Amino acid sequence: MERAYGDPRLAVIDRRLAGVKKVLAIMSSKGGVGKTVIASSLAISLSSRGVKVGLLDLDVTNPTAHVVLGIDLNSVRPVEEKGVIPPKVYGVRFMSVAFFSGDNPLPLRGYEVDSVIREVLAVSLWGDVDVLLIDTPPGMSDESLDTLTYLRRPRVVVVTTPSPLSLRSVERLLTLLNEGGEDVAGVIENMSRTTSRNVEEVLRRFGVKFLGSVPYDPDLDRCLGSVDLLKGTEFYRYVERISRKLL
Amino acid sequence: MVHEWALAEAIADYLQGLLRREAREGFRRAVIRLGTLQSIDREVLRFSLTEVLKYRGVAVEELVFRDEEAVFRCRRCGATWTLKDLDISDDVREAMHFIPEVIHSYFKCPRCGSRDFEVVRGRGVYVEEVVFK
Repeated sequence: MERAYGDPRLAVIDRRLAGVKKVLAIMSSKGGVGKTVIASSLAISLSSRGVKVGLLDLDVTNPTAHVVLGIDLNSVRPVEEKGVIPPKVYGVRFMSVAFFSGDNPLPLRGYEVDSVIREVLAVSLWGDVDVLLIDTPPGMSDESLDTLTYLRRPRVVVVTTPSPLSLRSVERLLTLLNEGGEDVAGVIENMSRTTSRNVEEVLRRFGVKFLGSVPYDPDLDRCLGSVDLLKGTEFYRYVERISRKLL
Repeated sequence: MVHEWALAEAIADYLQGLLRREAREGFRRAVIRLGTLQSIDREVLRFSLTEVLKYRGVAVEELVFRDEEAVFRCRRCGATWTLKDLDISDDVREAMHFIPEVIHSYFKCPRCGSRDFEVVRGRGVYVEEVVFK
């Protein structure tokens, strides 16, 4: 006899991701740098060019990608068919815990965050997807670590701002990623006003590719919640250019 | 066929992994624990798992399902309560069926009102015990 006490969910994750060609994890250890808007815009941009895209909002306790995309949680729902099929929004297969928690608070301890991620990865049926984008919350906690552990070899896209605080956080994140031998696709500098020498210096030191700057766009907030308005922003045009480097 | 099918595939993959790891050919018995918080339909899961195991060629002579009542404990005031103490709408039950942790979005401690409580037991699906052939 063997007492297994096993969590079967981990065993099925590779099967669920079998049709996913590439995973791009959008990360930053500093909050407020624009990860979610960049991840959502990258998803829309790639999808507009005919790429089969999935977007998974792994900001488990504070999901907001659906807000960026203007998704009404009451009318857009995942389909239940031998699992959970993420609904298509603007051509993007989209999954978020918000479909289940609504816009209510979802305070979770770390082990519960891990459990939610296991569940989502175990039951989401992505099908054939060229690029699966993972939007992660700030920090180097469960969501980021689970992304690196459960999603075999994701390419990590690091987002920073020119702020010294953000850069210091990025250095810590790049150190962690380097130590783990992770595949870093590069760094995006968001909300830039001029090309930041500090960013260039950090990238040189870590041997990481610079994917591009995205200028601060004072009009962006007004456009969140409408993909049509978002696509008309200067912000989106810059993200679109960067998206070409990620294929 | 619903969410249970996806969980059945996960259990089957897990059992297959055990067989590979232990270099065994099958199981006399597998015991699956079902936490009541996830409201798994036992018969749908049994049917799904039986089908998936048959398709994968994994032999399990006896499949046993054991319910485990969901129990909660408040981290703030220490109050404990069970799933039976809650009045749960169909929508919320369905949300917790997919992701049990969203209980924190819909319920609070009945004594102090905190959402910072733990699921002591009875969360979801676990392989509790296996007996190899």
